[in-house]
Amino acid sequence: MSAHNSHASDNHGDAHGHNGHHAANEPHSTFSGYMTGFVLSIILTAIPFWLVMAKVISDRPTAVLVLGAFAVVQIVVHMVYFLHMNGKIEGGWTLLSTIFTVVFVAIAIAGTLWVMFHMNANMMPTHTDMPAAMEHGAQPEAQPKAAP
Amino acid sequence: MSDIRTSHGAAAGALAPREYHLAHEPHPENGTALGFWLYLMSDCLIFAALFATYGVLGRSYAAGPNGAELFDLTLVAINTGFLLLSSITFGFAMLRKQMGDVKGTLIWLAVTGLFGLCFLGLELYEFHHLIQEGAGPQRSAFLSAFFALVGTHGLHVTFGFIWLVVLMLQIKQHGLTPANNRRLMCLSMFWHFLDVVWIGVFTFVYLMGVL
Repeated sequence: MSAHNSHASDNHGDAHGHNGHHAANEPHSTFSGYMTGFVLSIILTAIPFWLVMAKVISDRPTAVLVLGAFAVVQIVVHMVYFLHMNGKIEGGWTLLSTIFTVVFVAIAIAGTLWVMFHMNANMMPTHTDMPAAMEHGAQPEAQPKAAP
Repeated sequence: MSDIRTSHGAAAGALAPREYHLAHEPHPENGTALGFWLYLMSDCLIFAALFATYGVLGRSYAAGPNGAELFDLTLVAINTGFLLLSSITFGFAMLRKQMGDVKGTLIWLAVTGLFGLCFLGLELYEFHHLIQEGAGPQRSAFLSAFFALVGTHGLHVTFGFIWLVVLMLQIKQHGLTPANNRRLMCLSMFWHFLDVVWIGVFTFVYLMGVL
């Protein structure tokens, strides 16, 4: 990795040495690039809103998956067309730090939900005794705990 | 790591010529873009923590109102539109900047700021409305997590707006100098990043909350 990187930055220095430090830092934006991103974003925003507001998908888990997929695709669209993300800027370090963050965020969120869901399920006091009363029985009990 | 290598290299350097000595220290062409990106990624971690909190507490209504009863999706859709429009107008400002057109840059930045203000106004209206209805942050864990997450995003947009106004004054005063171009690039990243976070908010909080 480090050998590869030093090689890459050497090339970089050769290519932009005469320009000083001006041209390399600013990715060249184009009108068509922004418009492509904008149109894609509108489509990728409108469809999930329509799906929910028109109640197209009745099955909740399916709906969550579909909405999540749209969000992920739209985030990638924004990254590529608005934030000009690619593997070349800053010798790949931008992409590398992003991948690291994505992995970290995925582990943090998925791990939290996983652990806390099991904690909730295992430590619910009225869990076994009164499953029918859970909706209305368990929730107010939790309230005084949260108050102080 | 590199310190050890250089000191080791200096000792050996007396004996043999070094192949890898450069006239200048090797460094990225411009550290600002990468450094600012790293800041945004650390900001991402803050939002990850808030999203995780919302994920855990988002269904703890404490017998209070839930998302389906509280959220007005039409309002959220309009707000999303405002933020998306402000993203594209910021893009137009960047295109004007590339042409060296100070006036065009300022106009598009002003439009961006206007959409940002519309977004903030609608969000404040929503918050005010919720609190009036008795669905303030102290009502339930769900609402605490909701206000923390959406409020943090709103605060980011507020500071982005302040930055935008200050930068517009700077550009008006000094023109598109290299320093101002650098600031504009950072603010553009910040602004687009906030739009990315908003995708997560409207999908996971509003849309999935209404389901």
